[in-house]
Amino acid sequence: MLKQIEGSVAVAEAVALCRPEVVCAYPISPQTHIVEGLGRIVASGALGSCQFINVESEFAAMSVAIGASAAGARAYTATASQGLLFMAEALFNASGLGLPIVMTVANRAIGAPINIWNDHTDAMSQRDCGWIQLFAETNQEALDLHIQAFRLAEELSLPVMVCMDGFILTHAYERVDMPTQEQVDHYLPPFEPRQVLDPAEPVSIGAMVGPEAFTEVRYLAHAKQMQALDLIPAWAAQFRRAFGRNSGGLLHAYAIDDAETVVVALGSVLGTVKDTVDEMRSRGAKIGVLGITCFRPWPLAAVSAMLSGAKRVVVLEKSLAVGVGGIVSTNVRTTLTGRAVPVYDVIAGLGGRPITKASLERVFVDAMNDELRLTTFLDLDAAVVEKVLHRESETRRSGPLAENVLREMHGIPAR
Amino acid sequence: MAFQPVKYYQTGTFTVGNRLLPPEVRAVQSSERRSNALNSGHRACQGCGEALGARYAIDAAMQATNNRLIAANATGCLEVFSTPYPETSWQLPWIHSLFGNAAAVATGIAAALKAKGKAGVRVVAQGGDGGTTDIGFGCLSGMFERNDDVLYLCYDNEAYMNTGVQRSSATPPAARTATTTAGNVFNEGKNLPAIAMAHGIPYVATATIADLHDLEHKVKRAMQLCGARYIHVLVSCPLGWGHASDASIRIARLAKETGLFPVFEAERGELTSVSHIRHKVPVEEYLRPQRRFAHLFAPKLRSDVIAALQDIADRNIERFGLLDRPG
Repeated sequence: MLKQIEGSVAVAEAVALCRPEVVCAYPISPQTHIVEGLGRIVASGALGSCQFINVESEFAAMSVAIGASAAGARAYTATASQGLLFMAEALFNASGLGLPIVMTVANRAIGAPINIWNDHTDAMSQRDCGWIQLFAETNQEALDLHIQAFRLAEELSLPVMVCMDGFILTHAYERVDMPTQEQVDHYLPPFEPRQVLDPAEPVSIGAMVGPEAFTEVRYLAHAKQMQALDLIPAWAAQFRRAFGRNSGGLLHAYAIDDAETVVVALGSVLGTVKDTVDEMRSRGAKIGVLGITCFRPWPLAAVSAMLSGAKRVVVLEKSLAVGVGGIVSTNVRTTLTGRAVPVYDVIAGLGGRPITKASLERVFVDAMNDELRLTTFLDLDAAVVEKVLHRESETRRSGPLAENVLREMHGIPAR
Repeated sequence: MAFQPVKYYQTGTFTVGNRLLPPEVRAVQSSERRSNALNSGHRACQGCGEALGARYAIDAAMQATNNRLIAANATGCLEVFSTPYPETSWQLPWIHSLFGNAAAVATGIAAALKAKGKAGVRVVAQGGDGGTTDIGFGCLSGMFERNDDVLYLCYDNEAYMNTGVQRSSATPPAARTATTTAGNVFNEGKNLPAIAMAHGIPYVATATIADLHDLEHKVKRAMQLCGARYIHVLVSCPLGWGHASDASIRIARLAKETGLFPVFEAERGELTSVSHIRHKVPVEEYLRPQRRFAHLFAPKLRSDVIAALQDIADRNIERFGLLDRPG
């Protein structure tokens, strides 16, 4: 059924169609509308005995989900930014215990400086926590990915994180096609775990594992994620047959066949990238786009195949590994090991900075001329950072950084 | 001969005297049908108070729930010594997740049971004092505040024993730990039973391993109630406290008989019963056998510190009426 609704509400409705049994909620912008929406649905009685629990922190949210999942309930929560970091210990625990929890991450920057707007630093900081990470390009894909996420999670006994850009998607009103309950029920059978906490069959879960077996346990975690590389496209294909839409999978390629320059990106920015590429193509540029839907596991073989014809790659990413550069670009470079293809890294949209077509075209053209620096910060205010760096080179002592940048920008003497 | 009720402590010792009691109040542990939920063969130290307390508490909860019980366990001694996989001492469904989230995991289990309509299955969470009063305090307070249907059992041995005896917020004043080498300072620490009572939850109780029948009674009482319940059990630790491994029960009894550890019950934030002191003893008798207090006796007798500890005991006696004769 077609609806014109907010992204968060669409996700809440899609999660409700998946019949969760325990939902834990702790508010953090820009995730709030999702859990508010689910709270309304649970309160309406539409989800039967589903338990909606207002917890006291994100650490508790994930911990309650762990307990619920281990006791055999389909468990869901949502978070963002600082909240994701606050539950970091429990994230590793959920994946280590093999609990198929599904969580939405409404992607947002990490402070300090505190910033509530969108980038991917939160999800990227947890890329090695053993969760499957899927990135939505549109609100339609966001809601579809949640339905696929529960199927994948329960099939693989692994938790799945569905990442959607905070505000840009969560707060955008767009047309979405909401599936029916019958369609979702057909695609997603009830949760029937192999092992649950049950007095009829007592088990001990979460025992200590020493050096004699820890490597094997970690290897199997890796092997399961590798299996996901086959299952994710398979379940996306089945989704396409059942729902008539192309959502999810590992990658989305666009105008890539004859492309000499390929732009790799994740999430909602792909729309702007495609528009930019369309305009450049109309002027004869051989440029294409590779959207990464599945970031963990990293689809190395699929990315490698998609980039087989590329003469250069531009990775446009909303995250920064301080002291290294890009995070996605590091994965792309690993993929292209042994191939003489330059990988340009464009760090963009940090803390919600708009990514415009004009700026994108500028860096894409520079890349096509191989005049781009290997790591570029899109639309960086070079004058401000140079001033700050210059001043700091004169007096080396610790002090405020974020506040001084703002002072510089507003013409107030720095401290 | 006039009717004379059977005295609980007939022998003049503190032995439970089980065979003299009517069957319905006999100790769970004396029954051949006890669940042995924490089975023998685990790796606790000799004389471990926590192992003793946990066995009595969980078996009592098992009996009260007709063996329909699930446990969530915080990281700590109890978790480590009970589950050197593939061996496990637990004869009930049991999960260990993290150090600081046992209460929240238990909330999740209780929620799942409710969602699945398994109303008859109950949930306990358990942890040491570190996992309860420090790192797990946020989750515990959240569980209390939401009145989730969980009994939380804190086995308090007054420091981080699993990591080698470091100070926790339950470490008593003057006690020496690896991180309070000059003795823990006064006027610090948390009174968690009082904090639990302040949440207004259905049931809060304290107990020691010196009166295991009382511990069983309190667990059974807790399992008659629904909502958030808290039992704080003082469990002596021969390793961390520095006493003989055969002195665990005696030391725990002295903690109660000095007034340093008041034993009581409370419902909805109101005190409902206290265990009276039978033979009041000065705190010195409790302190002297423990190496963690050895610096109070040598090289110089620290009468000032001992007096300050006696003050704490006397305040407890006053506040809880621990010397009042039962009416």
